Amino acid sequence: MSIAKPLPHDAARLHVTGQARYVDDIPPPRDALHLAFGLSEIAHGKITKLDLGKVRAAPGVVAVLTAADLPGANDVSPSAHDEPLLAEGTVHYVGQPLFLVIAQTHLAARKAARLATVTYDEHPAILTIDEAMAANSRFEDGPRVYEKGDSATAIKDAPNTIEGSMEIGGQEHFYLEGQAALALPLEGDDVLVHSSTQHPTEIQHKVAEALNVPMHAVRVEVRRMGGGFGGKESQGNALAVSCAVAARLTQRPCKMRYDRDDDMIITGKRHDFRITYRAGFDDDGLLRGVEFVHYARCGWAQDLSLPVADRAMLHADNAYHLPHARIESHRLKTNTQSATAFRGFGGPQGMVGIERVMDHIAHHLGYDPVEVRQRNFYTASQQISETTKPQTTPYGQAVDDFVLHEITETLLAQSDYAARRKAVAAWNAQNPVLKKGIAYTPVKFGISFTLTHLNQAGALVHVYQDGSIHLNHGGTEMGQGLFQKVAQVAAASFGVDVEAVKITATDTGKVPNTSATAASSGSDLNGMAVQAACDTIRERIAEHLAQTHQTDPRRVYFENGKVFVGDDEMTFAAAAQSAYQARVSLSTTGFYKTPDLAWDRLKGQGRPFFYFAYGAAVTEVVIDTLTGENRMLRADILHDAGTSLNPALDIGQVEGGFVQGAGWLTTEELIWDAKGRLRTHAPSTYKIPACSDRPDIFNVSLWSEGRNREDTIYRSKAVGEPPFMLGISGFMALSDAVAACGDAYPALDAPATPECVFNAVNRGRTS
Amino acid sequence: MSDKMHLKMTVNGKQEDLLVEPRELLIYVLREKLNLTGPHVGCETTHCGACTVELNGKSVKSCTVLAAQAQGAEVTTVEGLSTPDDLHVLQKAFREHHGLQCGFCTPGMITRAHRLLQENPNPTEEEVRFGIAGNLCRCTGYQNIVKSILAAAAEMNAAKEAAE
Repeated sequence: MSIAKPLPHDAARLHVTGQARYVDDIPPPRDALHLAFGLSEIAHGKITKLDLGKVRAAPGVVAVLTAADLPGANDVSPSAHDEPLLAEGTVHYVGQPLFLVIAQTHLAARKAARLATVTYDEHPAILTIDEAMAANSRFEDGPRVYEKGDSATAIKDAPNTIEGSMEIGGQEHFYLEGQAALALPLEGDDVLVHSSTQHPTEIQHKVAEALNVPMHAVRVEVRRMGGGFGGKESQGNALAVSCAVAARLTQRPCKMRYDRDDDMIITGKRHDFRITYRAGFDDDGLLRGVEFVHYARCGWAQDLSLPVADRAMLHADNAYHLPHARIESHRLKTNTQSATAFRGFGGPQGMVGIERVMDHIAHHLGYDPVEVRQRNFYTASQQISETTKPQTTPYGQAVDDFVLHEITETLLAQSDYAARRKAVAAWNAQNPVLKKGIAYTPVKFGISFTLTHLNQAGALVHVYQDGSIHLNHGGTEMGQGLFQKVAQVAAASFGVDVEAVKITATDTGKVPNTSATAASSGSDLNGMAVQAACDTIRERIAEHLAQTHQTDPRRVYFENGKVFVGDDEMTFAAAAQSAYQARVSLSTTGFYKTPDLAWDRLKGQGRPFFYFAYGAAVTEVVIDTLTGENRMLRADILHDAGTSLNPALDIGQVEGGFVQGAGWLTTEELIWDAKGRLRTHAPSTYKIPACSDRPDIFNVSLWSEGRNREDTIYRSKAVGEPPFMLGISGFMALSDAVAACGDAYPALDAPATPECVFNAVNRGRTS
Repeated sequence: MSDKMHLKMTVNGKQEDLLVEPRELLIYVLREKLNLTGPHVGCETTHCGACTVELNGKSVKSCTVLAAQAQGAEVTTVEGLSTPDDLHVLQKAFREHHGLQCGFCTPGMITRAHRLLQENPNPTEEEVRFGIAGNLCRCTGYQNIVKSILAAAAEMNAAKEAAE
């Protein structure tokens, strides 16, 4: 059986030989044209004059479009219709597309795009959280509040209290393949779009609106992305719509690929947050009450900011039972890029808040932070009985699958935590310059789209008469191994080798109305839809063979590439051929929707998540107190992927997620200047973790007891986003190292860059 | 448009004679004129390494090398490492040890690893980690990339010993 095998990624052979095609690798069709945007150079203001004479006259330019030239809707927003493809009079951030150049070559388009003469009536720009709060510049009427119990009284009556505030920076996705799209005009008004997107249906929808055609006139194909991480959930709309519009107007294929600097300047990033907190707790560190205020900098358009900010609130508890809690969330509108989805989707920011509180409480009381964390854990699932009810989250969902007690015990033993904490203390007592720190942090992450209707998926499966299998589903491949996992599901259904299954490019013409491949849901949703389709075809073949062999369909088995019918056996290919000749349909669709979800986001009550994914990490670091430079010495991770569909791919997600999460909180710093210009718009100034930054010792394993309590595909668990938040342990380890330099609580902001660490060390030493 | 120039170079063992503009970059000549789309355009500023190729026995980021600088040179891309029948040991190792996810960095990463193992056939794990630090991967956390390279080095050394 192909399930649970650590098989290589289905396209690995293509990748290692350079044959795997991304949008930019598709051989350019004859007469293809290339597109580039002209961008706003100010953060906020009215365009008083847009002189495009020099742009139109530049070599190689075929046409130049402004908002007035568009044939249909001028909107690329995934949510609130507030994001024009090309600015209409007012500009809202530095980098906003103003006009579209269509030229013979990529270079000609880019060169011409810089020749416009634009004059503006500049308005004051709202760039920071403080400026947005002062101006009451926000999405929604006021802050959203989720509450449980009476936090104010609980904090007032608690024997100990702390309060604090922290800044949490955003994050550039830096998918290695930048945004790209290619549109081919077909007969009539039809168009085919190749897009590097996590959301083909959204591209189809926006292109149809822009061309003023029904969705059936637009087909979107996605073979793969060179990384997505949430950055291709909505941010590819502008390129795909531009290509489609330009293809319509010129009747030629049109291609657009952002140069990396443009990509970083134009597209949205992870939301940066400020989180303030107040907590009351007893002398053992057990929380009595906690209050958080989240300030999310959402940028100029709504995009996905509301569900991102919601998910931050939904993870304000992380792994801890909060008996009384109040979470207030401000979604602030600023003249910067429209912040968007990024692995974790707000969850990481919310989680950093409570982990900070746990760390701060432990420091206040002088406990090992692990003890404080364990004391505040939710009740273990195995303790739950008729008399011990599960505890509930601040939004009212019962936590009945909590396995972090066991994961934590195992991880602490495997990583030799207790002895290493002593060794760190001994080192710090002897070394005045280099200080070490060690930290454990857990993850509990809710799985399901919080917009409940998105929790559906479709699949299309054909079995050909030679026994080969054509598989299609609504999910997209961005490196996570979704296609491989789902192929393993299909192969298991038919009892064949995975090589018999061809996974084909995601295509809106094959499976319609798909949800974005996001929220870690890819395998959960598409795996179930594919299994449903495969089981239908298998049952048809079984019924047919049972008839021809005068036996019961339950006596037909599909194993090892063979079909066993009573005492007879044949190859799967022979079975398919036989069914074909008997005029049995060997093609069907499959469909799945996640059961038992009920969520009222305005009240903040219900069951938004089907289940929770868990994991934990222990990270050790060393800092140089004279410079703030630091290194990760060792990381140990134990992660719950349920009964993994493919442990090798899942471990890859855990390792990559951890490094990306640690990068977010330690090295990746986005800086905007006073005029709202992003100054870190290339990897020269924005520090992505390199191989040399990886921990020297890196032990990663999946939790062997893992099994999803819910009826998911082979009892596996989603694994895309949850491990990202294991990186928080790296940040907390830095905090621990800084804490060794003085008595004050370090109160690090994120990212804890060397400068930030250095300043925190000095604060600690002078206080 | 400036005058075009003749560019002669050997790419993956094959003699090429091309007309290029003096300002053209090697990556675009490889991708657009020779249809070698294994090397990718990642950052266009020498930082990410997705465009890495070998030029006269050195790893270069072909996004910031002028094609003219390759006059008379030997160039190897990822496409030049395998034969039609067989993958290079490094290519096999990256596949088997899961040294890739989205795959966009993979051609540059393997090309760089190929040169690294020429320079240092028996590297320590740390030497591998620093030896490929100029090639960024956003997916894997590098763990399996390092494993793949070490596994390939071991296999190449064993094959060499057996041949001696």
